[in-house]
Amino acid sequence: MSSPVVTFAGVTRWFGPQVVLRGLSFQVQPGQVYALLGRNGAGKTTALRILLGFLSPHAGRVAVFGADSQALGVAERARLGWVGEEHRLYRTMMVGDAVAFEAGTRPGFRRAFAERALQRCGLRTGQWIARLSRGQRAQLCVVLAVAGNPELLVCDDPALGLDVVMRRELLDALIDLLADTGCAVLFSSHFLTDVERIADRVGILHEGTLAVDATLDDVKRRVLRCLWAPRAGAEAPTGPNVLRAAARRGGHELTLLDAPQQLLATLRATGDLLAAAPPTLEELFLDVTGGQGPGLLRDMEPAVAGGER
Amino acid sequence: MLIRIDPQSAEPLFEQVVFAVKSAVAKGTAAAGERLPSVRELARELAINPNTVVRAYEVLERDGVIVRRQGAGCFLSDRGSDLAQGEKKKQLVDLMRRAATEAFHLGFQPDDVKKALAQCLDEVHFETKRRQA
Repeated sequence: MSSPVVTFAGVTRWFGPQVVLRGLSFQVQPGQVYALLGRNGAGKTTALRILLGFLSPHAGRVAVFGADSQALGVAERARLGWVGEEHRLYRTMMVGDAVAFEAGTRPGFRRAFAERALQRCGLRTGQWIARLSRGQRAQLCVVLAVAGNPELLVCDDPALGLDVVMRRELLDALIDLLADTGCAVLFSSHFLTDVERIADRVGILHEGTLAVDATLDDVKRRVLRCLWAPRAGAEAPTGPNVLRAAARRGGHELTLLDAPQQLLATLRATGDLLAAAPPTLEELFLDVTGGQGPGLLRDMEPAVAGGER
Repeated sequence: MLIRIDPQSAEPLFEQVVFAVKSAVAKGTAAAGERLPSVRELARELAINPNTVVRAYEVLERDGVIVRRQGAGCFLSDRGSDLAQGEKKKQLVDLMRRAATEAFHLGFQPDDVKKALAQCLDEVHFETKRRQA
């Protein structure tokens, strides 16, 4: 496998007495779409700002294209695209001006590509940026960032504050860009349904580290959530395959990893096994961030090697 | 060809796309030679990652369901497909499980259920129906 585009290695950062990141570690591979999730204040923006070199870590290191994020040169910056959550643009410009401005400041900027992409989004060069809707501004930001032909696009909650239609339009813009360029994307988001559609891999940030770092296919294939109503006398299962057994009225809610057939057979023999299915991303997110404690799915790497099947 | 997916479903997205194409062939709603949407078209239509579509098309090509013609796109191959058989069998078992559970609650024994099923099977003219189809 080629070397990762982004590597977080033990990144720690605090603000005053508050530790926001404590030993955050993960990687983004070339061409991968990585979604960084977490509750408000979990440290997503902090992590992305450190990656871009806007903030320095107090311990640990972030490497972008192998270079230290605190000393990114022009060459590395040219390979990076960035969309902030506030979609900052010059309001006194027209859409065409913004394109010309970016083209003049970024050496690899593909002007023709940007114009085509804007057309597909229904944006005209003569429109005033001040008069664009939030969704259109978000689209424009994404188009401008990707027209710079980055190998890595970093987006901080690009869909924040957008309604469903605008979010879909933004998703369309992202999908087009992915189809054209195959660049890696690292983005944070609150919209789990969008994440389920386009992310290859998810990281769930909780208490300063990743409680989950796994591909979505892996979550679906290897994690099983079920309700189990034991018959009298049967005990809740334990062991390495049982990630969590939460007591519920009349039974247990079990989260199993790589559950062997034998374990399932035992559960069926000693009780009623209901709704055995992989968790949705939302269920997983609630499990992890809803006070159950971290460490749930951090070690899913071993069986991932080789990818599918 | 209509392709539908459910991002929240237990099945990985690329497998849902694979199955949707396979079942369109199995049900006869898509004919050999039909052109599949391009990666970009389908990714946009389903609002999913283009990489996922690429992966699904690779699997379909490997399984011989589609053929890729350089520069022209992907087409359904003329090889007949019985690939949806496993899925159909699963549905049948689910159906039977439901009947068995209900029968249990009505207080019947396995033999009663088998008799009832045999009676139902007699009522359905499987052979004639097949021939008509």
